[in-house]
Amino acid sequence: MHRTGELYGQFKTLEQQKETATLGMWIFLITEVMFFGGIMLAYALNRHFYYPAFAAGSNTLSLKLGGFNTVVLLASSFTMALAVWSSQVGKKTLISIFLLLTILLGFVFFGVKYVEYSQKFHHHLVPGKKFDIFYCVNNPASCPDVAADELMEESNLLDEAKAADPDLNAHAQLYYSAYFGMTGLHALHMVIGAGLLFWLLKGSLAGRFTPQWNTPVDIVGLYWHFVDIVWIYLFPLLYLIDRHK
Amino acid sequence: MSATAAAPVKTLPEHHYLNATYGIRSWLLTVDHKRIALLYLVSVTFFFFIGGFFAMLIRLHLLTPSGYLLSADTYNRMFTMHGVAMIFFFLIPSIPAVLGNFFIPLMIGAKDLAFPKINLLSWYVYVVGAAFTLYSMVSGGLDTGWTFYTPLSTIYSNSAVAPAVVGVFITGFSSILTGLNFLVTIHTMRAPGMTWFRLPMFVWAHYATSIVMILGTPVIAITLALAGMERLFGLGFFNPAMGGDPILFQHLFWFYSHPAVYIMILPAMGVISELIPTFARKQLFGYHFVAAASLAIAVIGFLVWTHHMFLTGQSTYAALAFSFLTFLVAIPSAVKTFNWVATLYGGSISFDTPMLYAFGFLGLFLIGGLTGLFLGCLGTDIHIHDTYFVVAHFHYIMVGGAIMGYLGGLHFWWPKMTGRMYPEWLARIAALILFVGFNLTFFPQFLLGYLGMPRRYHVYPPEFQVYNVMSTAGASILAIGYLLPMIYLTWAAFFGKVAGDNPWPATGLEWKTQSPPLTENFEVTPIVTWEPYDFHNRPDLGLDAVASNGVAPAHGDD
Repeated sequence: MHRTGELYGQFKTLEQQKETATLGMWIFLITEVMFFGGIMLAYALNRHFYYPAFAAGSNTLSLKLGGFNTVVLLASSFTMALAVWSSQVGKKTLISIFLLLTILLGFVFFGVKYVEYSQKFHHHLVPGKKFDIFYCVNNPASCPDVAADELMEESNLLDEAKAADPDLNAHAQLYYSAYFGMTGLHALHMVIGAGLLFWLLKGSLAGRFTPQWNTPVDIVGLYWHFVDIVWIYLFPLLYLIDRHK
Repeated sequence: MSATAAAPVKTLPEHHYLNATYGIRSWLLTVDHKRIALLYLVSVTFFFFIGGFFAMLIRLHLLTPSGYLLSADTYNRMFTMHGVAMIFFFLIPSIPAVLGNFFIPLMIGAKDLAFPKINLLSWYVYVVGAAFTLYSMVSGGLDTGWTFYTPLSTIYSNSAVAPAVVGVFITGFSSILTGLNFLVTIHTMRAPGMTWFRLPMFVWAHYATSIVMILGTPVIAITLALAGMERLFGLGFFNPAMGGDPILFQHLFWFYSHPAVYIMILPAMGVISELIPTFARKQLFGYHFVAAASLAIAVIGFLVWTHHMFLTGQSTYAALAFSFLTFLVAIPSAVKTFNWVATLYGGSISFDTPMLYAFGFLGLFLIGGLTGLFLGCLGTDIHIHDTYFVVAHFHYIMVGGAIMGYLGGLHFWWPKMTGRMYPEWLARIAALILFVGFNLTFFPQFLLGYLGMPRRYHVYPPEFQVYNVMSTAGASILAIGYLLPMIYLTWAAFFGKVAGDNPWPATGLEWKTQSPPLTENFEVTPIVTWEPYDFHNRPDLGLDAVASNGVAPAHGDD
């Protein structure tokens, strides 16, 4: 199919082209909802069956890091929305600035996630043969990043949970299966989103996006907001299970 | 078919999509939906013959009660790989990705699908998934059954499960992309005058199918991803040793895999809805009801999945509810069947090859559908669960229904796809061979199942031998029935008689352009001013002369 300017050959008008692209992205996001839905169902069932283990697992996460990342992602959604707005009103320099900010915030998120993941590896909290929810409590010397009073509190919470669920270690592994499965898939979506943002940045630096034609910014924006919303669900599901005491 | 009196010698049009460009790159990098459909045609046919080869080995092995051909372990791998190849790599993409891809843009008067590059991407995704699965097949195969039940697949099986799971996972995205493309195309790419209720039933069927692909396939993707990560990295959702639940896998698996049956049968129903009005020369009876029935099947299909799990110990009340919902599927299915029959009533019926397949479909789908009710009924399901009755039932739907529809559609549209006609009498004989072979293969399996022969066993008690011999004999006839069309259709694509633009004639928009079509499908975007399947107000079809000769419907209109 031949392309005339920004109009691809299979379409008659730019409006039709834009409507098609937007509808396509919305339908794609519906498939994403179903995709995350499967793992959220697995999470919900297991949390229902093994609440003490899930609460104990949740308490080993850092609320500070998770909360900080939530703020970062919300901010990135804001800058993305501003990038879309800039493209609609034709402020070409602003598009690039806001896209760059969105990318930067995305990378801040990755950085924090990297810190969290590497902690979990050091603390033997990755599902597998070496998984041990009591590792830090039993080997405080190997967990220098956890303060003494936090360890004390964690030890008490784990003892309570162990009393409620003798098979705590196996069931806490299920919690961490959910944690790594869900945050891993979310991070994968972020990586794809960051790639798309770089592609947009290239286009915006070349001055391609105008008030008449800015569909890519618009639909990548939809995708970015969706990934953000997934995190808005993941944060309470994973970090806030048992924080109300 | 009407006798066109002393037509001049027809020739192929000078320019069409097949001779627009040449060379291997022009095929592998094409974004033309018609060429991509042909790429799919070649790849799904390849998998059909792989799956057919495994089926033949299974049937040969079951000739004798003690099974002389394969070891028990090899037998497990054969039926697993038969299922995986046939379901994920043949049946699910067959009609949508080949016929749907080719004809949806033509039928709605568009130049291409909404996203041509994503269409090509979907084929490459299919090929990558297929490569993983082929790798699994040649590196020892897998023995879990096509259902990949955990914890067998995640912990205990020693076969090549991981590459097969990865392959099926990847191929799922090809299906998602196809469904997404169809949905958007049908919404935004229709030609002027092509209103929703002027859409051919084939397009309605694909609309419903796409909904199932969009909502179901992501769920199997996440399920297989979790099972795969469980096998590779030790995640524990489905592992009872860690407190996980294998039944959860079954729920998630069937949440997709039951609706997947409708991904296979709905497009076939769409084909039949095209064939019957064309060869009965009569408007489709109850157009709106047939369209709504497609959507109803797609929706209700999502609410019946635990009827595959009646014997897993689930709550009786849940089972009752799901049994009731399963019975509901019979209503839209029956609406369709009765409407097809009502279309035939008083029609001027001709017995061209596509119509023979449509008749085959009607009978076989009827048997397959009604035996589904036996299985959806809680009491009888306990007796026939996991027996050859189930095997026979779903082969009547998938082979008798879906493949009959696929072959009928291929014959019907072959003149449009290639510009050439297949040998009519050979094709009629092949259709007959197929019908006989199919029934001889699978009807005895109903009896075997009812008498208690379990599925997936490599040996059986000697008293079952006579039915098994019948079934194997039938499979041999069936194999000939499949080889014949493959040979003569390939031959016809190059050497067949030139067909002309509208050989049947049929009413759809795809017949208004040349055969084979231009790369852009139409010289100018058509404007639709007629109702679907309306043979009476279409002088362009050249049927007026026929009507005045008294070949018109014997019982008058409608």
